[in-house]
Amino acid sequence: MGVISNGTTLLDAGAIDSGIPTGAMTLIKTITASSSANVTFAHGASSVVLDNTYASYLIKYINVHPSENGEQLKINFRDGSTAYDATKTTTFFRAIHNEAGNDTELAYRTAQDLQNGTGTAHLTQGLGTDGDQSASGELMLFAPSSTTFVKHFIATTNTYSDDDYNYTTFVSGYCNVTAAIDGVQFTMSSGNIDSGTFKLYGIK
Amino acid sequence: MGLISDGTTIFDAGALDSGLAKGAVTFIKKLTASSSSTLSFVDGSANVVLDGTYKEYLFTFNNLHPSENAHANFTMNFSIDAGSNYNVQKTTTLFRTYNQENNGSRALLYQNEFDLANGTGFKILYAYGAGDDADLCWGGTMSLYNPSSTTFVKHFISNISGTDGNYEHQHHAAGYGNTTSAVDAVQFKMSAGTIDAGDICLYGIA
Repeated sequence: MGVISNGTTLLDAGAIDSGIPTGAMTLIKTITASSSANVTFAHGASSVVLDNTYASYLIKYINVHPSENGEQLKINFRDGSTAYDATKTTTFFRAIHNEAGNDTELAYRTAQDLQNGTGTAHLTQGLGTDGDQSASGELMLFAPSSTTFVKHFIATTNTYSDDDYNYTTFVSGYCNVTAAIDGVQFTMSSGNIDSGTFKLYGIK
Repeated sequence: MGLISDGTTIFDAGALDSGLAKGAVTFIKKLTASSSSTLSFVDGSANVVLDGTYKEYLFTFNNLHPSENAHANFTMNFSIDAGSNYNVQKTTTLFRTYNQENNGSRALLYQNEFDLANGTGFKILYAYGAGDDADLCWGGTMSLYNPSSTTFVKHFISNISGTDGNYEHQHHAAGYGNTTSAVDAVQFKMSAGTIDAGDICLYGIA
């Protein structure tokens, strides 16, 4: 059954009509880490959509807390197999300020970037394991299902570090593949993601 | 025909009721480039809304690819006369990072030649286009704040990740349209050649 109001179709075939303005940002999946070796969004698994349904995707990670002190939150992408090992080139720069108020810096960090590497890409520097320490931020992934172009992403993260600094880290890069990216995986450089909330949104 | 449920109007007069929670991000328009000289979003034209309906507008750039292999720039300008002229004065910044695939150079730097000081020309958002390869492109976002204000200048912030050949570039551009007239149109174009492919989407943020 459809519903037509004032000549405009509002509902039909079990859905709101595409011509009706609704929210353009759709929450697809929330994953709550609990001593998790990884947090993974894989298309087709556990109701995750990561294909051409949306033009771009946004992942927010909130209060990510590690099991081991000084470890970094990292990311990798799946490009056609089961492995998370897409080739990537990335940039990484940061702004820092310590609680003591005597150290600041804005700098590029060569140790945290990748040059056509297949390993995990840094999103942060060292997180602290104090009870109130964590990292929060977001990553945007553009048109991951393209089989023509490489896949760009941009991330900004703020971290309360193990050495009592505020680190704001800016990362960008591309998966240097034309295969579709259909999975994204977060890990710590060592140990587990002790806790944290990861939210995947589709933006149409 | 309308529908009222438990005293709440769900829809009426051909639209969902404005009081319903529908999400704060509203898709307005997608323009798909196809050897396009310009891509323009003009309030009131082709279903584009760019007025006081929203306090913030978000543009997303998805896999934009230029026609020119040379380092053509991806640029933007504002109009205050519904797209008749794109020439609003702007003061802007641009800084960028880059990193080379093959173990080459990388840096973080401010780029004087890509900013504007009350200039009316097109603002460079991404300065290096894409290289020769068919798989090279760029993606990113630009937020435009309160373009309909007739009191304040118009701020914007852009963040783009792109690649030309074997470099990753991240370009952070920001600035303000130095006008108290309402901005009612935004145009994107390459400094040379066309936008060969890709999408630009416009959203309103409630």
